[in-house]
Amino acid sequence: MPWIDACATDAIDEEDLIRFDHGGATYAIYHGVDGKFYATAGMCTHEHVHLCDGLVMDFMIECPKHNGQFDYRTGEAMRAPVCVNLKTFPVKVDGNRVLIEVP
Amino acid sequence: MGQRDYSPFGADAKRAVESGLTAAEWYHTDVPRKVMKDLMARSDSPAIRDTVLLYGLMIAFAGAGIALWPTLWSLPFWLAYGVLYGSASDSRWHECSHGTAFRTPWMNNAVYEISSFMIMRNSATWRWSHARHHSETYIVGRDPEIAVMRPTVLAKLILNFFGIIDVITFFPNLIRNAVAGPTAAEKTFVPQSEWAKVQRVAQIHLAIYAATVALAIALGSILPLMVIGLPRIYGAWHHVMTGLLQHGGLADNVIDHRLNSRTVYMNPISRFIYWNMNYHVEHHMFPMVPYHALPRLHETIKADLPAPNRSIAEGFAEMWPALKRQLFQEDYFLKRELPPTAKPYREDFHQYVPGMMAPKAAE
Repeated sequence: MPWIDACATDAIDEEDLIRFDHGGATYAIYHGVDGKFYATAGMCTHEHVHLCDGLVMDFMIECPKHNGQFDYRTGEAMRAPVCVNLKTFPVKVDGNRVLIEVP
Repeated sequence: MGQRDYSPFGADAKRAVESGLTAAEWYHTDVPRKVMKDLMARSDSPAIRDTVLLYGLMIAFAGAGIALWPTLWSLPFWLAYGVLYGSASDSRWHECSHGTAFRTPWMNNAVYEISSFMIMRNSATWRWSHARHHSETYIVGRDPEIAVMRPTVLAKLILNFFGIIDVITFFPNLIRNAVAGPTAAEKTFVPQSEWAKVQRVAQIHLAIYAATVALAIALGSILPLMVIGLPRIYGAWHHVMTGLLQHGGLADNVIDHRLNSRTVYMNPISRFIYWNMNYHVEHHMFPMVPYHALPRLHETIKADLPAPNRSIAEGFAEMWPALKRQLFQEDYFLKRELPPTAKPYREDFHQYVPGMMAPKAAE
């Protein structure tokens, strides 16, 4: 799978996320409280809602519609109404750029 | 639109799905990301303060009521206790179901379970019904929490000020859930993985009620029921009063919360009991903002919203005539004027239901 240049490292505040669209799919890229970057699918697995408008707390992303929560490091569904895990994608930093490996 | 069918298996539910109404994107006021992040920030301290105050007052009022029982001097204490038990529990149930009241998850869950019991709702079922209420607010046949159906049954509304209909429907359903799990209608919005939990919660609630009734029989007094159960009747009026204002008389089958929800300025006591859900347009538009930040959210977006009602009385003065008119004209609803600073209602958002935005239906 190719590595895609997604954004600059300073484009995402720490403990926040942005939306990244590529190849007809939408992703969420996170800047964790540990300083590392993470990537998941961009839509909630419960209903068709973009996670980019949600709240990042520590290592959780909370969906803006129903407050379901995922651990964005693993994609694990942590709080109802979400039951299905979120897909995660490998991330690496090259200089001041964030790259994600996507299908 | 003909007579509305509120059944989850009915024609309106089917039409809402087929027309794309249920999958449509709702209107949101633009709020800069940094501002919204600040508004969404979670904190334990406001809810701990309010919860200690709430449960402290309940213990004090119930204690005074028991001490003065059965004299008439106990009455004011029961009335105060009843409102906290039978009405404040509604707002605590609501806010904790969103998980926004406290930052710490176990605190949300603990208050959610206690409140669910007091307000007579199965905590496992209602978490999911409320998720649907937010996805598809007042979409006929899809939203299981439509409090005011059309045509309005005024007698039902009035009886519910004393919790009568809620309690009468609650206990048969509780027994059904305890014996056989969720009903067919509940299974339309509760995922299968939660069905066993619905049954377990119902069995726990049923056991507490059975123990309370047994104690009342043993003591030969209704006093135990004055503490557990009956306050859901004699203290329900406040949550029904505020709950009716949330959406009553406004539009259904729309995808703009400015058309189907109402914000009402309220006195500080009602706001404590209601936990700021009087900012109801704001809550529906941005449900991840905690109750304690809703006044700030209101200030942030009010230029894009209809003017709020200035009091509970003014809200009822607006809503009640609309409910009465819906007795004879089911499609009638209040379409409130937007300020010049607001983005207009988008007619193209509301083409799913013919005539919904036509002048003859909306005033």
